[in-house]
Amino acid sequence: MASWVLKAMDLACQKAQRTLFEGVSFSVPEGSWLHIEGGNGCGKTSLLRILCGLSPAARGQVLWPSWGSAAPSPSSHAANPRLDRSVLHYIGHALGLKPDLTACENLCMDAQVSGLALNHEQALQALAAQGLQSRAHLPVRLLSQGQRQGVALARLRTSPARLWVLDEPLVGLDAQATTTARTLLQSHVDAGGAVVMTSHHDVGLQGPGARLQLGREARRL
Amino acid sequence: MNLQALAVPVPQHPLLLPSPWVAMSGVLRRDLRLALRRKSEWLGAVFFFALVVALFPLAIGPEPDTLRLIGPGVLWVAALMASMLSLGRLFEADHQDGSLEQLSLSAAPLSWLVSAKVLAHWLISGLPLVLLSPLLGLQFGLGLEALGMLMLTLLIGTPVLSLLGAIGAALTLGVRGGGVLQSLLLLPLYVPVLVFGTGAVDAQMRGLGAQAHVSVLLALLLVSAALSPWACAAAVRLAME
Repeated sequence: MASWVLKAMDLACQKAQRTLFEGVSFSVPEGSWLHIEGGNGCGKTSLLRILCGLSPAARGQVLWPSWGSAAPSPSSHAANPRLDRSVLHYIGHALGLKPDLTACENLCMDAQVSGLALNHEQALQALAAQGLQSRAHLPVRLLSQGQRQGVALARLRTSPARLWVLDEPLVGLDAQATTTARTLLQSHVDAGGAVVMTSHHDVGLQGPGARLQLGREARRL
Repeated sequence: MNLQALAVPVPQHPLLLPSPWVAMSGVLRRDLRLALRRKSEWLGAVFFFALVVALFPLAIGPEPDTLRLIGPGVLWVAALMASMLSLGRLFEADHQDGSLEQLSLSAAPLSWLVSAKVLAHWLISGLPLVLLSPLLGLQFGLGLEALGMLMLTLLIGTPVLSLLGAIGAALTLGVRGGGVLQSLLLLPLYVPVLVFGTGAVDAQMRGLGAQAHVSVLLALLLVSAALSPWACAAAVRLAME
């Protein structure tokens, strides 16, 4: 079994002729978390997208162990073998929820689209765990921002992925939902999963983890 | 494994191997269900088709020979426009709400998922046109054989329009004023479909046999079905960067 789930080697990101960050290297072991910090516009979201293989890095490599098979494979662009949703779950700023489907349908259909099986009961249970059982059959467009975030987090409960990459997972959540979300992240880490996230809140996860400060080195080309 | 240790446990679901077929049918079912929830979007294109076609006989006059002459062309042009009208939403909504990112992270190849989306688009906005066309063709005094041929060419041709249109929609994803650019990109690609589609009906009406035209249309369908999903997937990935 691999002892780490994700490695970044000397990553750099450029947007519009400007270097957002460079020389970012880290390793995320199993059962740990990485909290990426930094001011607005310093490239936190860009870094997460690079880690997921959604955007190419200007320089550097993202490595992950190929679970079940041999050597780690590099990912620089989409043409290479990618991390997919059986091992990675990504929640971005756009939550990936369909406004016209109910919360429950969103969960079921999303699982199916990623090639996984999830029945109605399991989706309802995941939503109930997130405190959204009374909203499970409402179209997502009628939910508040915080409730939508809750639906997106409920999706984590149904995901088989070891690595969670979360962009501002706690934004818009009320106190109780924040506690629930923390518990969810903590138990994932405790169970040997890994969480990479950005957040302006102190998420307060226990156990092995690291913080990464981005953006101090940003400069013009 | 790790799921059982969650604070509020969820029973571990039987984890299937991520199968491209399951994912494809998932995309198809989701898009169809979304279309049922938002009937106005696709009904708009169908109404547009019916209205444009219905207005021509009124504007041109009741001369049967003239109507019979222009009928196939009018129906085909209207179908082409209606198909283009509904293209904007093919990827745009998914792009905005983040579903496209999730699709591209799916274990199934993106080109497969894109082809499921295109199939859904055709079922929603192409198939109704095919089914409606004989009824509207009656207004132009087309004979039974011509109507049958019109329906057949539309049945082969509208999927080509959806497949080619998807490339345009993917390339202009996230571009401001993408609609105009999309029409400019697509119209030249649509021309062969239009020429052979109307040509087939015309040849049938003249008693020349339309086999050659239909074969060319089928060839266009095969080529676009083979190549379009690739091109779309590449364009969608570029748009997301």
